Amino acid sequence: MSDTTHSGPVLAADGTPLKRSLARALRMQKLRALMLIAPLLLFILLTFILPVADMLYRSVDNRIVENTLPRTVEALEEWDASLNQLPDEAVYAALAADLKEAAEAKVHTRVGKRLNYENPGISSVFRKSGRKVRKWDMDADAPFKEKLIDIDEGWADIELWRTIKTYSAPRTAGYFLNAVDLKLGADGVEVRPENERIYNTLLIRTMRMSLIITFSCILLGYPVAWLLANLPTSKANLLLILVLLPFWTSLLVRTSAWKILLQQQGVINDTLVWIGLVDDANRLVLINNELGTIIAMTHILLPFMILPMYSVMQTINPSYLRAAKSLGATNWTAFWRVYFPQSVPGIGAGSILVFILAVGYYITPALVGGTKGTFISNLIAYHISTSGNWGLGAALGAILLAVVLILYWVYDKIVGIDNVKLG
Amino acid sequence: MADASNVDAFVEFERVQKSYDGENLVVKDLNLTMPKGEFLTMLGPSGSGKTTCLMMLAGFETATHGDIRLGGTSINNIPPHKRGIGMVFQNYALFPHMTIAENLSFPLEVRKIGKSEREAKVKRALDMVEMGAFGGRRPSQLSGGQQQRVALARALVFEPELVLMDEPLGALDKQLREKMQFEITHLAHQLGITTVYVTHDQTEALTMSDRVAVFDDGRIQQIAPPDQLYESPENSFVAQFIGENNTLEGTVKEINNGIALVQLDDGELIDCKPVNVSKPGERTRVSIRPERVEYNRERLQEGVHTLKAEVLEFIYMGDIFRTRLRVAGNDEFIIKTRNAPDQVRLQPGQQIEIGWLPEDCRALDA
Repeated sequence: MSDTTHSGPVLAADGTPLKRSLARALRMQKLRALMLIAPLLLFILLTFILPVADMLYRSVDNRIVENTLPRTVEALEEWDASLNQLPDEAVYAALAADLKEAAEAKVHTRVGKRLNYENPGISSVFRKSGRKVRKWDMDADAPFKEKLIDIDEGWADIELWRTIKTYSAPRTAGYFLNAVDLKLGADGVEVRPENERIYNTLLIRTMRMSLIITFSCILLGYPVAWLLANLPTSKANLLLILVLLPFWTSLLVRTSAWKILLQQQGVINDTLVWIGLVDDANRLVLINNELGTIIAMTHILLPFMILPMYSVMQTINPSYLRAAKSLGATNWTAFWRVYFPQSVPGIGAGSILVFILAVGYYITPALVGGTKGTFISNLIAYHISTSGNWGLGAALGAILLAVVLILYWVYDKIVGIDNVKLG
Repeated sequence: MADASNVDAFVEFERVQKSYDGENLVVKDLNLTMPKGEFLTMLGPSGSGKTTCLMMLAGFETATHGDIRLGGTSINNIPPHKRGIGMVFQNYALFPHMTIAENLSFPLEVRKIGKSEREAKVKRALDMVEMGAFGGRRPSQLSGGQQQRVALARALVFEPELVLMDEPLGALDKQLREKMQFEITHLAHQLGITTVYVTHDQTEALTMSDRVAVFDDGRIQQIAPPDQLYESPENSFVAQFIGENNTLEGTVKEINNGIALVQLDDGELIDCKPVNVSKPGERTRVSIRPERVEYNRERLQEGVHTLKAEVLEFIYMGDIFRTRLRVAGNDEFIIKTRNAPDQVRLQPGQQIEIGWLPEDCRALDA
């Protein structure tokens, strides 16, 4: 009102700047909104965000070597790994002191296990030595080089020393390199030997199969979504219930059902043999491979594709198709040039949802995937719960997260996230 | 009028019926003939079958029975995209993912017209509706009136001989609607296009059309030019539906020299023009337009029957006065008088006498 009369900031009636006045007026509202979400926010922070952050930090955390072997790490700084000479007595003495301390605290096996990830075999060297060094007297038993090598030949291996030196930093890229089939050698990053490469294959397989699953969901879901959007309400509701029905059944039950259906002595094979399409001796292998995973996961993820597509298609007025036809377009042209482009946001939303769910899927590939159809998440689960290599598990998880975020970003660049409608 | 063998006929409906559920007929025995270049409006209340007729003509609904012909050939089995009929939809149906120019280009592309010719036609069509500067915009960036113009241009750009419009002005405000009414009729006549226009707005129908077909209950109740429709409705439905109308009920006493003497239910006698009545004793509904009622004794003809009336309400509407009377037991009898300098302003409670020319008072079906 008065902004034409003076050039400064607009003032409220009492003379305070309008912006501050407005902020004060809205503060209560904001506070109330915050209070309303506070319990959930706290819950998520404690049970989700902090643990995830902690896990992610484990993917680079390497303090264990420095903490357990502080003297050795310090002594090794002088040693030149490229000279092909074993370290001198000072290093062995430092190691003996560290090992004794560690063995007394019973943590020497942990550091052995850590280094074993990078150089298989180290674990046993540490375990064996720890037991004996524990009884040593640091003053009387010197020098230690010969004695240590006596306990385990491993201490005479330059590679072992290189490993310790390479992984003495408090933070390491080792887990991440491991997760993409590389390793940190003495001369920098190198490719792992062929028989140790598994993660790249698995990561690529996960991506490839998730894409296949996403595409089969689009192919199967699009017509259903179209039908849902174009049927009269009563029939559409019935169909919608059929689409949602799987949600009311446990995931495990559905996956187990696929096991029964797909196995070689299963329903599908039996039926095909009975019809005569398949010879009894050559029953189809439909499970414990990629095909099994794709079939079961497409089925399980299909509703996540259909629902966003349906909600977008519902908003497309049927008069667009009529208009296109009245303008001379055949049914196909009308669909392809007019209806389909308008339904793309639904396909996009469904695809993002299905792909992200598929990439991280665990139970179904574990049950029907066999060895050929497992996903990267199965390996993450293995490292977290079986092998105990949390660092590697965390690194694999971080890579998965990064890939999903990158794809999301790419999608945003190409399709535009604003075009995604979930309802 | 509805002669199927008419050589001038461009659009013909012959005994067309339509049912959606197999139990009720939405369109009952429709016969209609339109010459080329005519602007015909289908007017009627919702559910009267007018939109169904339009959809059958466009090809989006199939006739359950009967024949629809365009330029002499039956189009019952021709799919919509081969009919070459331009159509303007109620919600415009401009494709939201295409620019205005792309929207207009679409019908030309599907007709495999070359790029340069396409561009020329699109430009001409946009200029025609004064939207030449908006080719690069998206429909969502235009106002309702602008979208309406574009929809019109798109329906005309491929030069169809027949254009259908389904309540195209329904979403616009009053002023814009009146402007567009004029523009559409102007364009249609200028280009010589045959137009079928569907609306439930009788003013729109009267101002725009060459002929109006009044629909009710799946039938055409009357098809006539606007003035005839207004002045000589053929039945009570048309009289009621078109314009404001006063009705009085009574019985025919006698019919002499084209004038029917009707005794109203309260015993009074009036002179009418017999339209749907043929013999004495028949029940009738008498219809008089509010502006044809006269209460100035000096202007009434000698010897006409007059009725006593009591003024109930006087409403000043600017250009006209609208007065509500009680006449022969009817409390809703309206008269309209022009706001002229010598016009008397009636007061509520005033007792007056009203009359009219016998030909303005039509005795219709009861």
